[in-house]
Amino acid sequence: MIGNVTIGQYYPGNTVIHRLDPRLKIMATFLFIISLFIVNQFLAYGLVVVYLGTSILLSKVPLKFIIRGLRPILVIIILTFVLNMFLTPGEVWFSIFGKLTVTKEGFRQASFMAIRLTLLITGTSLLTLTTSPIQLTDGIEKLLNPFRKIGVPAHELAMMMTIALRFIPTLMEETNKIMKAQMARGGDFESGNLIQRAKSLVPLLVPLFISAFRRADELAMAMEARCYRGGEGRTRLKVLRYHKRDLIVAIFSLGYLALLIWSRGW
Amino acid sequence: MKKMICVEDLSYEYKGQDEMIRALDHISFTIEPGKFVAILGHNGSGKSTLAKLLNGLLLPTDGHVIIDGMDTQDLEKIWEIRSTAGMVFQNPDNQLVATIVEEDIAFGPENLGVPQAEIQERVDRALATVEMSAFRDRAPHLLSGGQKQRIAIAGVLAMEPACIIFDEPTAMLDPSGRREVLDTILKLNREEKKTILLITHYMDEAILADRVLVMEKGKIVMDDVPKKIFNQVERMKGLGLDIPQVTDLTHQLIEAGYPLSEDILSIEEMVDELCQYL
Repeated sequence: MIGNVTIGQYYPGNTVIHRLDPRLKIMATFLFIISLFIVNQFLAYGLVVVYLGTSILLSKVPLKFIIRGLRPILVIIILTFVLNMFLTPGEVWFSIFGKLTVTKEGFRQASFMAIRLTLLITGTSLLTLTTSPIQLTDGIEKLLNPFRKIGVPAHELAMMMTIALRFIPTLMEETNKIMKAQMARGGDFESGNLIQRAKSLVPLLVPLFISAFRRADELAMAMEARCYRGGEGRTRLKVLRYHKRDLIVAIFSLGYLALLIWSRGW
Repeated sequence: MKKMICVEDLSYEYKGQDEMIRALDHISFTIEPGKFVAILGHNGSGKSTLAKLLNGLLLPTDGHVIIDGMDTQDLEKIWEIRSTAGMVFQNPDNQLVATIVEEDIAFGPENLGVPQAEIQERVDRALATVEMSAFRDRAPHLLSGGQKQRIAIAGVLAMEPACIIFDEPTAMLDPSGRREVLDTILKLNREEKKTILLITHYMDEAILADRVLVMEKGKIVMDDVPKKIFNQVERMKGLGLDIPQVTDLTHQLIEAGYPLSEDILSIEEMVDELCQYL
């Protein structure tokens, strides 16, 4: 039941978007998020949609994957929409039950926010859909490297992420094993209310934690035996290099941002 | 002749619940380069502690461990020692670091600061040696136990050690996985000329070695070629160790009055010997 969970939501492929340098993709995603907050009118959203739509088309990620990513935050989008609609003061458009009034400004504001949120999530999930966790980790490490001087543990963070990614499937498998062992002895994880179910997880989590600590201990020993001594003086098998396509995408993205800034004056 | 491993009057104590526990008690032995030595002993005999002392993961309470002329207590040499005496552990899952086979093998050389082009060469060579080249892009958790352990061996090989210490590498594997790992170990010794130290409690693995050390309560109680070790059937049983089935059979046949040779270790030798009586 939990055995076939995939890590992250990477959609494997070999398109231009997939092959972009992860550093550039992370930076472009940031730029995209900033751009969403620059937009101050509906028309400019057209530009955002074109930019994002082109990226999605190029990445060949099926639309249903992207929509699936929106589902968990649907509640938040609806909530934002409703709250904005009712709580923004202004010219009354129509009212429900006498007291709840919808203003024209409110409706406009609500739609504006809902579109912004939808685009935000779509844009950021495109990053995780087209970048494998390993590349993402590499990218984050390299991007954080300049900040090491002010105490950001770039290498350590990346190492932790790598190890977490490496051990998630192993621990999943182990959880399954412990669950089955306890079910075989009459353990029950599926009935009862929420509190009862949460309680039944305790005998599952205790052995899992103990084993995770033991694994951590052994892994640390194995890493030391393989001469691990932190990020200092380490070389890498795979070195990230920018290509021509990265430059082109960077130029396009900056152009897009400039256009949006210009659009504020319309 | 130059010594690969030189253990001089080594003792190791650790803190138990209320008193100091002596895991190793004044041990001395040397191992020449290119040899395949097995260490036998049941649980708690100190064999795993010894392995960890050999590449400086633990430091001696007393005495010295000298690897290829370097003392493990010399802190400046510790990384050189660990890359000279590589170590493979029991649980293959808990020694693989990266999410991709190739990247995991590169972990050792990366730590040593090997230039990028050479890392790739070393990874390719190590993968070829353990016959896992086809799996370079796989995720380790999708491999079988034997395959994972071979990746762990490749990861150590990529550091180009002269000596590899195996701490019960087959204890968690199924029979076919054990076979794979054992074949790899033999290949490393015979073709790559690596010095091998195999800690095990499987007798049929120990008979493949050039020399067997038997440990009991932190001491080395027997040190000889396998044939001489295993024909001391009563003594081995007294130490709580099994002897290979074939040896046991030989021993019983001899006791029953059949004049067989005492140093039969393999099934083939047994067949040859018995055929003479037909």
